[in-house]
Amino acid sequence: MAVAHGLCSGMGGMRTTGDLVCRMQFAKNMKIDAAKKYVADKLEIDPFQLTEENFIRDIRDKEGLGVVTGQPNSPKGLPAKMNIEKVLGITISNCEHYRNQLKK
Amino acid sequence: MEDYITRMGDGRRVRMTKEQIMSDIVAGMADGADAAQVPELSQDEMERIYEIVCDKSKITSIEPGREVCLSKDAGAIKFNQDNGGSGNAIPCMGRLEGLLVYERSLTFDSMELAWMDYSIKPVKAVINCETSNYEQMAMLTTLPLVMGAMPNMGLYYAPDGPYANPTDLMREFKIEESMAASEAAAEHLTRDIGYVCQEIDKVGCEGFNFDTVASAGDAEFVATLKGMENYRKSNPNAYIECGMSAETVLGIHGGMEYDGKVVAGMYPHEQVKLCEKAGVNIFGSVVNTNTSKSFAWNAARSAVITKECVKVANIPVHANMGMGVGGIPMCELPPTDITGRAAKILIEIANIDGI
Repeated sequence: MAVAHGLCSGMGGMRTTGDLVCRMQFAKNMKIDAAKKYVADKLEIDPFQLTEENFIRDIRDKEGLGVVTGQPNSPKGLPAKMNIEKVLGITISNCEHYRNQLKK
Repeated sequence: MEDYITRMGDGRRVRMTKEQIMSDIVAGMADGADAAQVPELSQDEMERIYEIVCDKSKITSIEPGREVCLSKDAGAIKFNQDNGGSGNAIPCMGRLEGLLVYERSLTFDSMELAWMDYSIKPVKAVINCETSNYEQMAMLTTLPLVMGAMPNMGLYYAPDGPYANPTDLMREFKIEESMAASEAAAEHLTRDIGYVCQEIDKVGCEGFNFDTVASAGDAEFVATLKGMENYRKSNPNAYIECGMSAETVLGIHGGMEYDGKVVAGMYPHEQVKLCEKAGVNIFGSVVNTNTSKSFAWNAARSAVITKECVKVANIPVHANMGMGVGGIPMCELPPTDITGRAAKILIEIANIDGI
């Protein structure tokens, strides 16, 4: 069922920009069109391109936002989220948590 | 006469004529509009539902550009859960592996870390384990990762909890005692939500998905709203999602209020306004499936109720679209031919922001 929703209706998660759009829904209460526009503006692309895997993959790779394939020296997890903070202009609470754990 | 393959609300495959399908769409829409007291759909909208129901493709999906975000209840425990939750019972699939599979293979847009006993009360007992796990898993995952559990206030009543069961008391005509038990359990639940949220904040948790809210009725809804309100005050940046358990709030107590409003009997377009007041970021609306009616009937009913909820909401609405809700049949294995159609109807007609 979850897979069917993902394929039929979902943004595509990290394959595309689904995680970024969903993050703006959570972080700023943005409805779907506003969240898509916000992310598209930040990436300087057309909102229609947000779910185009081939196109977005290169952007994610270039910006260090995390890609779904196993690519050495390509950030995933925490470092990718820190890059997402910069691109989207937001603070992610667990990134802040780990920064606070670093010794000065 | 040409007929179309479709399904009943219990998942059975049936054949229906165009006239039968259109008749069920009109009837289901009217039933939903009457139940929730919301405006009816237009003829054009009902005809669009008919086109989607009658699509001859096995899998039906939305047009590129209309995609919506996905959030998830129970997270990765679905992989090793039993069939009660449509789980796959894969014994070696740990939660970290599950989260990463959802993120990197199954295209999910957000995910939650969930404890196997998926309720606030049991999570409280293992909170150190859970926060420690979250802290490490959040380093490996990229998508928005919250924690989640059901308020599930039923666990606070006898024989599982310290308070007398309100429904047992009502059977004995002890109405005031029943209401007092609900109120006491609600205060306890709000305290427990506060404790859990306070602990998850210590590890930089991004937020919490309160799932299947109001399953024990109006007192649980008010307890959860107060818990979420307190969480918002303590952490202005928390990601808070509130998914309901049913389309209307059961009045087990009958007089519980939030923000000066009696919550019993509220439908999604009213529930979402209280959730906004409590500081929720994403609201999960529910419309129940009638197993005796066709998919066409249930889908139209789901669309008319959800449309008004999305229309009045100032926050994103992720419609609940699992087993037995949102037009999806009530069965262990929701058919994929219906899943895509039900979602397409809610995206195009109700303008949902997510699932």
